[in-house]
Amino acid sequence: MKSVYVGIVLAPLLGTIVTGLLGRWLSREAVHRICIGGVALSLILSLVAFFHVVGGGETFNEPIYRWMFSDGISFEIGFLVDRLTALMIVVVNFVSLMVHIYTIGYMHDDPGYKRFFSYISLFTFSMLMLVMSNNFLQLFFGWEAVGLVSYLLIGFWYQRESAIYANMKAFLVNRVGDFGFLLGIAAILMYFNSLDYADVFRAAPLLQDVTVEVIPGLEWSVITLICILLFIGAMGKSAQVPLHVWLPDSMEGPTPISALIHAATMVTAGVFMVARMSPLYELSETALSVVLVIGALTAFFMGLVGIVQHDIKRVVAYSTLSQLGYMMVGLGASAYAAGIFHLMTHAFFKALMFLAAGSVIIALHHEQDMRKMGGLKRYMPVTYWTMLIGCLALIGFPGLSGFFSKDAIIEAVGESEIPGAGLAYLLVLLGVFVTALYTFRMFFLTFHGEERMDPHAREHLHESPAVVTVPLVLLAVPAVLVGWLTVEPLLFGGWFGEAIRVAAEHDVLARMGEGFHGALSMVLHGLLAPPFWLAMAGVATAWYAYLKRPELPELAKERAGVLYRVLVNKYGFDDFNQAVFGDGSVRLGRGLWQVGDVTVIDGVMVNGTARGVGRLAVVMRLLQSGYLYHYAFAMIIGLLVLLSWAVAA
Amino acid sequence: MEAVASMAFQVPDMTPALPEIFVLTMACIILVVDVFLPERRRALTYLLSLATLAGAGILTLALHEAEPRVTFGGSFVADTMADVLKVFIYLVVATVFVYSRRYLAERGLFRGEFFTLGLFAVLGMMVMVSARSLLTLYLGLELLSLSLYAMVALQRDSARAAEAAMKYFVLGALASGILLYGMSVLYGVAGTLDLAELGAQLSGPAARDPALVYATVFVLVGLGFKLGAVPFHMWVPDIYHGSATAVTVFIGTAPKMAGFALLIRLLAEGMQGLHVHWGQLLIVLAVLSMAVGNVVAIAQRNLKRMLAYSAIAHAGYLLLGIVTGSAEGYAASMFYVIVYAIMSLGAFGMILLLSRQGFEADHLEDFKGLNERSPWLAFIMAVLMFSMAGIPPFLGFWAKFTVLQAVVRAELVWLAVVGVVFAIVGAYYYLRVVKLMYFDRPQGSAPLPAGGEARFLVSVNGLAVLLLGIYPTGLMALCAGSFAAGG
Repeated sequence: MKSVYVGIVLAPLLGTIVTGLLGRWLSREAVHRICIGGVALSLILSLVAFFHVVGGGETFNEPIYRWMFSDGISFEIGFLVDRLTALMIVVVNFVSLMVHIYTIGYMHDDPGYKRFFSYISLFTFSMLMLVMSNNFLQLFFGWEAVGLVSYLLIGFWYQRESAIYANMKAFLVNRVGDFGFLLGIAAILMYFNSLDYADVFRAAPLLQDVTVEVIPGLEWSVITLICILLFIGAMGKSAQVPLHVWLPDSMEGPTPISALIHAATMVTAGVFMVARMSPLYELSETALSVVLVIGALTAFFMGLVGIVQHDIKRVVAYSTLSQLGYMMVGLGASAYAAGIFHLMTHAFFKALMFLAAGSVIIALHHEQDMRKMGGLKRYMPVTYWTMLIGCLALIGFPGLSGFFSKDAIIEAVGESEIPGAGLAYLLVLLGVFVTALYTFRMFFLTFHGEERMDPHAREHLHESPAVVTVPLVLLAVPAVLVGWLTVEPLLFGGWFGEAIRVAAEHDVLARMGEGFHGALSMVLHGLLAPPFWLAMAGVATAWYAYLKRPELPELAKERAGVLYRVLVNKYGFDDFNQAVFGDGSVRLGRGLWQVGDVTVIDGVMVNGTARGVGRLAVVMRLLQSGYLYHYAFAMIIGLLVLLSWAVAA
Repeated sequence: MEAVASMAFQVPDMTPALPEIFVLTMACIILVVDVFLPERRRALTYLLSLATLAGAGILTLALHEAEPRVTFGGSFVADTMADVLKVFIYLVVATVFVYSRRYLAERGLFRGEFFTLGLFAVLGMMVMVSARSLLTLYLGLELLSLSLYAMVALQRDSARAAEAAMKYFVLGALASGILLYGMSVLYGVAGTLDLAELGAQLSGPAARDPALVYATVFVLVGLGFKLGAVPFHMWVPDIYHGSATAVTVFIGTAPKMAGFALLIRLLAEGMQGLHVHWGQLLIVLAVLSMAVGNVVAIAQRNLKRMLAYSAIAHAGYLLLGIVTGSAEGYAASMFYVIVYAIMSLGAFGMILLLSRQGFEADHLEDFKGLNERSPWLAFIMAVLMFSMAGIPPFLGFWAKFTVLQAVVRAELVWLAVVGVVFAIVGAYYYLRVVKLMYFDRPQGSAPLPAGGEARFLVSVNGLAVLLLGIYPTGLMALCAGSFAAGG
């Protein structure tokens, strides 16, 4: 199996190297064939790996290549392929393949076509390295590599001012997260003296009672410290409050990227990482509590912002933020399986929604403002129906994939007894209503109601080509079915085995499992539960406010002006960051430059000493009078001084 | 005197001193030949002088043995250090002769005196280098000094040269007197002139005699003057500046190596037991020299004067190795002095090369825009300046590196730091020359002199600094080998 695992990683890497370095001499067709071929091969191999693991195959955990060995610590590239990894690689490769195909249509006229393919293959490679890693070093490599590709792709249209701003922002905000992440890894290296997952997990219980003095007088448990530092990394990568600010802006990148990187895969790396580290997080209730509360805040408040957005992609982006919050909530409640389950279903339906939104955008010649859409149902039936499936899955309509995963999370939080679980439960429950409201607001504004696009665009409206619609249909299938098929083994069947460890007192899924009697009964039960009725209320509100009485939102805007402004300003995070960190660092830099560099270093130290030495030289030069008796006198004085020095000594 | 007369006279073994005897004989022959030469055949004197140096070189190499050979009743020694230094003295002086030829001819100084005085100076240096008693040491020193005084005065219708010669002579006499006084106290305490015996005596109980403190100070003042260490340095700028450049380059190169030998013979061989006294005092001289030399050089507008202050600063670095009192330090200093002689030879050689009748090329302005007029010479000069500033990979870097390393090994880290700080100060004025050559506009448009063999030799000189800088180990091993046996 080793060669299969190596092949999974190398196939997309080969694609990116060939198309990236030799792309100039290849035709467009050759480029996309090579990249798609690489990812398709990788998908086939990951399916082989998946069925091998599911079929009871051994968990693979071996180094592939030793980079260096220093001071007793081995730095290696190695793979850990258990069920968690197997699930992730299938999801990543499947979505990646769909996006690859879709790109042929979406980027058809773009001059950066070949560069784009090279990047997304590189992304696939990096993401696979991340999820297949068996040590922290490689995890960090993959973590940074996906961040790099994300940066490159957000700024793909580098002539656009806004794209450059957005990728810089993404880069800087992720730096904050990565700082914490790197400190966490450093702490692990310091306390465990190993970077290997297995070693660390084995030794972790021994360190449960060890404390460290972070600030003088404040003792912290080492495990809690490590978990929170790692979670700061996850907050950056998975866009949790307050490090979420980069994700909405990342929509500056081409839509396939928004689907692949900023919805389905990369942003879920944080979720994956926390689940992978479950043996550590289970040892620290504090850390779990932090994860839970941060996730719940993100889930609810980012959803609210989605209601006031006009850009179709931004609505989906805020929805992604909110759903990432749900996943974190699941993890924080120790329902890791539910978090990963939601990650998977979300990957399918959110990729579907993004690609459908992209289909709308190309049909309207890159118009993204929903105020200039409406009534598209008539023109784009395939896009309409697939988008409807995506939306229903997102709001958790019973039977569709999102229902199973989201309901499981909500129920798990309700069961949890971790501090903060009560608040989190309230927020995720209200979040259901908010989700339905912004989702169907977007849906109605785009596909129903009066046609607000300009007449010229309307003449050319038609359904997108097959390379666009086929991936939509292919993604719609798992968006509908995957939840129904996998809910039982994934959540309650102990499917993940040793990959995820849950302490007995935290095991909410086990408690929920006692009341679980199959997917069908869960659906029927769901029809009566509060989340369903909240979602329906959300849909009804959207219908009433945006189709029945379209003047209502304007009215609400005036009545609740303060609330509206808070939401439009996204709670002021961006303004705050811009004012404090952006302008502040510019001012600090300018201050250091003027005071530190120009005045102190250049003025006093460099030029000052130079001037000082120069003056000294001129003065000392005067001693050289040219008179013989002065010289002889100086010699005698020197003799006397030396003599008295020597005698005194 | 009766004791000497009663001793049966033995003919000493002449072979270790054959190079000295050869140089003396040849110098006398050239003196006579030159008198009978018509003016237009003067080149014969020049060629004979070069042949003398070459012959001395061959003799020295042929007679070299690993074991030291002592003769003339213990007052003369030919050991590895002496042979290495002698060979470099021949090389340097021969190069000086080649560099100077055109310069001298253009100023009517291309006469036999320059070459015969030069050869007598070489003889003086050889005697100093091979001295094994206080008397021989002083004899060699005076032979060298008197030759140099006369050489400075060679340009007798130049008021500046006459003034310089006068200053040099008076101050030199004063310094010699002080040195001689110190030596006489040494003799008074130890009762011997033989350096080896003196060394043995001063390592024993006699070392506690308080008179030795006085002796040390007087000896050091004399040595400090000969090396041009602060505060006995004041003659250096005036003499460097006042002499004809051909004489300056002579004074500024080979005698430094002889001065180093003087230090080693006296301090390391004769007075090693007094290291506690002279070590400290030398530190003072070294620090003052590095400081004054490097700082005042910045204020100079004349390149010869600048190089004079640079010589003072380099004397400070040279002393750093001696200060340690260890074989490693001595070897480092020896490496330093040889490297310095090579670099300084190249720099003065460049002035000689660029000068022409009525134009000395010794002002910094004269080097402005040299790159535009001759990129090759500008490159060679840049190499020399970088090397003097101690920038890797040039030879000068290794010289500074080895002495500083020796100082650090001797646990005088602060002294190394002082050395480095002043090296940085010094880098300014060396690099200023590079800046003038490459970034300023040329002032005159007069064509550069053709140069011929001097141009070739300057190029070899500059490239040697570069190549030896890349492969410094051979020369370093040579210096280390000179002190390996002595421990």
